[in-house]
Amino acid sequence: MLEIKNLHVKLEEHDKVILKGVNLTIGAGEVHAIMGPNGSGKSTLSYVLSGRDGYEVTEGSAALEGAELLEMEPEERAAAGLFLAFQYPVEIPGVGNMTFLRTAVNAQRKARGEEEYSAGEFLKLVREKAKALKIDAEMLKRPVNVGFSGGEKKRNEILQMAMLEPKMCILDETDSGLDVDAMRLVAEGVNALRDANRSFLVITHYQRLLDHIKPDVVHIMADGRIIQTGGPDLALEVEANGYAEILKAHGIEGVL
Amino acid sequence: MSAAEKMTPLEARLAALGPLSGAAFGAARAAARARLGAMGLPGKRDEYWRWTDASALNAAQPPAAAPFEAGDEAPVFGETDRLKIVFVDGVFDAAASDPLELAGLEISRLALAGEGHWAEGLYGALEADGQSPVARPFAALNTAVASDGVLIRVTGRPAKPVHLIYIHADATSDPVLHHLIRVETGAELTVLESGPAGARFNKAMEVDLAEGARFHHIRVQGRDHERRAVTGIFARLAAGALFKSFTLTANGVLTRNECVIDMQGDDAVAHVAGAALGDGARAPFHHDDTVFITHGAERGESRQVFKKVLKHGAVGVFQGKILVKPGAQKTDGYQISQSLLLDDDSQFLGKPELEIYADDVKCSHGSTTGAIDETALFYLRSRGVPVQEAVSLLVLSFLADAIEEVEDEALKDEIVGRLEGWLARHRD
Repeated sequence: MLEIKNLHVKLEEHDKVILKGVNLTIGAGEVHAIMGPNGSGKSTLSYVLSGRDGYEVTEGSAALEGAELLEMEPEERAAAGLFLAFQYPVEIPGVGNMTFLRTAVNAQRKARGEEEYSAGEFLKLVREKAKALKIDAEMLKRPVNVGFSGGEKKRNEILQMAMLEPKMCILDETDSGLDVDAMRLVAEGVNALRDANRSFLVITHYQRLLDHIKPDVVHIMADGRIIQTGGPDLALEVEANGYAEILKAHGIEGVL
Repeated sequence: MSAAEKMTPLEARLAALGPLSGAAFGAARAAARARLGAMGLPGKRDEYWRWTDASALNAAQPPAAAPFEAGDEAPVFGETDRLKIVFVDGVFDAAASDPLELAGLEISRLALAGEGHWAEGLYGALEADGQSPVARPFAALNTAVASDGVLIRVTGRPAKPVHLIYIHADATSDPVLHHLIRVETGAELTVLESGPAGARFNKAMEVDLAEGARFHHIRVQGRDHERRAVTGIFARLAAGALFKSFTLTANGVLTRNECVIDMQGDDAVAHVAGAALGDGARAPFHHDDTVFITHGAERGESRQVFKKVLKHGAVGVFQGKILVKPGAQKTDGYQISQSLLLDDDSQFLGKPELEIYADDVKCSHGSTTGAIDETALFYLRSRGVPVQEAVSLLVLSFLADAIEEVEDEALKDEIVGRLEGWLARHRD
């Protein structure tokens, strides 16, 4: 599904190298988690994959189902099936959540040469999805993320994911700012979207999200690289012992 | 030297407007002419005209302006059940207008008003009061020479709004219209305005609100790229009166909208808002909102919310003042002026002012200039929204506070629809 090869990235503004050769392959239907200390490049990886300005790819490639992502505009990547659930979803006053969702869904359908949803079709679909995710219909009428609690914002991200039906979903620290109940709701939403043709990359600091979203593979990222890969047990090991030993074993110091 | 060459610019301006078509309210007109003579036409040295070049408004003849080809664009407020009053280049068009009759209203025309008319003592009075402390020469000129306008006395709550429709047909038309609206105790009226009116347009509207009266004003200035307009609204609020005005401006070489509000009664409420969209690519765009709100009584609430979106060398000006007089305790005055610059060529000039002579008040003002929020833009694009559509959504988001000032949901939808249409037509 997603194949990242030797990805090197620097911040344009400070000319600072962030990613130093990331290699990652995620198969269809797989859920991968990336853990790592602050500043290791996890969020940068998610932004670079989804096309945010401000980063310069100096080397490497990233392909979604064989299509080179790094040559596409952000909206083209979305239409190709990539979705990034933001750590801090943006508030957009004056634009209704429903209007935004419909604009996004139909823009993607149009880009893929599919017929756009009529107002009636869209309404029916969004109500079904919102109900499944236990999202109050009132939330759909409000401006995008304005006045939403942390949990509501994250659930709104999952609703967008459910409506857009991407192939590759990246969750950037979706657990941050969530209490246990909100996290469970968000995880249930993600789990409901898991299927054989949809893959996930879950970026997180903590094991607790992975209690609810069981990963197939866990990666540890540090100093701009993936330094270790393992099964779900690797996350438990990090939870129990922290990153220090792993980093030391790979000769990485001074990033904690 | 010919007679024309001997004239002062003001005399030439007045002479070019020609003889009055009606002689109504002669004393008020003479007084206005005297006021205008004393203050003269505005220039760059006048504090409130420093940022707006009045020369095209001062000139004896208007610069020629071709009427806009509307194409398939739907008429403004076309879906709203309303009483239509149409002026073509400032001339009343009876055939295109509805009969001037609606329960709760007395409507007559300035050009036909004679001695003893209910508006006789009111015509020009609020404009005259509004000349201090800041001179409004074009409003005085308007009172002196206005050829027509509507005089509306509101005694009830009419079932539908009154819609003043201005049509521009002649490339050199220079209409001067003066409307006067008196809303009696507890009565309520909504006035809609739309259209360019002429190659150059001078319009004044005096609004006198009695106790508990409610007045809603929604105006759409647009369509003509080459339009030049100066407008003045002069409102007086008695106790418990409510005044709400929202203006959407798109296109126009030069627009100067002045609003002068005198809150004389306790517990009065005045909200003035504007959203202006300027694209200087096809024709220059210069838009100036100059607002002066005086709190003269207790517990008054005023809001000024002005938003401008500018690109391709467009210029936006905001000059807003809240004056709180001694004794106007518990005043709640709020003023915000913001601009969104979509490129580096455009410009916003803001002059927020507070002048307060009471000690138990809550007044605030803010003015900002900024660009599109890149994080928000990326958020929308990451959902598959193409960049220009994403910019349009963020522009609508930016303007939302001002549009919120329109209470009627259907009219608000109409405004948003016009905005969306404009944004779709002005994508780079």
